[in-house]
Amino acid sequence: MQLTNRKVVVSNKVQTFAERIYLPAIAKGMIITASHLFKKSPTIMYPEQKRPIAPVYRGQHVLKRDENGAERCTSCGMCAVACPAEAITMTSGERKKGEENLYREEKYAATYEIDMLRCIFCGLCEEACPKEAIFLTDRLVDAQFERKDFIYGKDKLVEKVDKRIDVTKRQTQAVLDFKKIPGLKHNELFDANKLNKGKH
Amino acid sequence: MTGFIIYKAIMCVGVFVLLLASAAYATLWERKFAAFLQDRKGPSRAGWGGLLQPVADGVKMFMKEEIIPNVSNRSLFILGPCLFMVTAVVTSSVVPWAKPVTIGGQVYDLQITDINIGVIYLLGVASIGVYGIMIGGWASNNKFALLGAVRASSQMISYEIPMGIALIALIISSGGSLSLKDIVNGQDAGFANIVWQPLGFLIFFICALAETNRAPFDLPECETELVGGYHTEYSSMKLGLFLFAEYINMFISSAVLATLYFGGYNFPFAQEVYASLGLVEGSVMISLIGFGVLLAKIFGFICLFMWIRWTLPRFRYDQLMNLGWKTLLPLSLFNLALTVVVEFFRGNIHF
Repeated sequence: MQLTNRKVVVSNKVQTFAERIYLPAIAKGMIITASHLFKKSPTIMYPEQKRPIAPVYRGQHVLKRDENGAERCTSCGMCAVACPAEAITMTSGERKKGEENLYREEKYAATYEIDMLRCIFCGLCEEACPKEAIFLTDRLVDAQFERKDFIYGKDKLVEKVDKRIDVTKRQTQAVLDFKKIPGLKHNELFDANKLNKGKH
Repeated sequence: MTGFIIYKAIMCVGVFVLLLASAAYATLWERKFAAFLQDRKGPSRAGWGGLLQPVADGVKMFMKEEIIPNVSNRSLFILGPCLFMVTAVVTSSVVPWAKPVTIGGQVYDLQITDINIGVIYLLGVASIGVYGIMIGGWASNNKFALLGAVRASSQMISYEIPMGIALIALIISSGGSLSLKDIVNGQDAGFANIVWQPLGFLIFFICALAETNRAPFDLPECETELVGGYHTEYSSMKLGLFLFAEYINMFISSAVLATLYFGGYNFPFAQEVYASLGLVEGSVMISLIGFGVLLAKIFGFICLFMWIRWTLPRFRYDQLMNLGWKTLLPLSLFNLALTVVVEFFRGNIHF
């Protein structure tokens, strides 16, 4: 039974004289390689030149601060739950009096660690985050010599007050639509009085 | 007498420096050329466009840990690369680099020594060169290294014969002298020897590829089958010497090819060019121009060697032997007979 039409009969045909002396075939091959001398090299000289990357590139994470410079993360653990690689760990802390300029809400992440060797840069953490605190950016995670150096703590993850990182490109339409839902003003400061009187 | 010794010493040191420098930069050019053929850029970080890469490679080779296997034959293990390097360099002593210079009424040959058996000397030293590989491969006490050494020696024996016969044909057609200087001067006014010996040149070129262990004849150091071939056990600068000597061999093979078949430091209409520039015989300028022409020819051959290396796949061992004994040997004998007939009708042979 014939299954495919790709069957080829093996031929043991005797080589012609031209084939046996190799020289025509060698000349053909050498012309092919010589033609590559005049082709442009596609090499990108990396540190000086960089390959253009997509605006929604998923690279190293950032923990955002709000417009007053307070950390947005409330250590709810949604990102850690969502993370398929289990790369995120955190411990919570309670905001003391006088720390209002440091932490946006009463609970905050005392430590927040992402193991960059476990992370698969899927972006589920930013999708899970209810506080718009974590985003992936277009920065690459640097190479390190030690495994422990790949565990990024808050010192590397939280953005600097004077060096804000633009994540507007990562704020997808779904997120922006979600923010427009009336009554779900999760970005506003938590206000117990408002909650008690409110329509929720 | 003192002047003679100084002049010879200067020649020796000059040729030695020329060999080392050109071989060092041949390694860089090899990598660059391979990169160009493969649409890459090649080494470009060390120095301007990678110009310091050979220095970096040399420093790396010297700094590496030197391992001599316990089970090896220690003295022979060290002798191998030394012998390979020495024979590679020594070959250069009969190559005429440029026209003789006349300084203060004294004629200086720009050649270390002009012995009247120059061609035989070349063949002899070239075949000693394989002893370096054989000794190194055997002393390593490693099966891969031994196989590489065996391949090198059998390849050398197979390809030396057609090479020698091609040279006999060349000597018949170039006037019967074995001195390289005479062979070059014979191509001074007339045609280069390639015109009368195209087939001989092809045979000699293929054999030169085989003698220098360049692809497609690099079976002795065949990475795919023999790990590293004869230099499997070598490390540090001993490995460096093996690799470096290969480039010196390539440089000298190119020089010999250019000298024997392409007129050496002569070029077409040389006399007319010199006359139009108002240069007299024996001036330094003529020697410099001739030396430049020879270097250009050598560079061309080196490029051809590299071009072939980065195009053709390696021969299988039986194909190598078939080509050597069943194709090149009869072909070189045919070339010899043809040369005799042609030279008889040209009137260069008398009975």
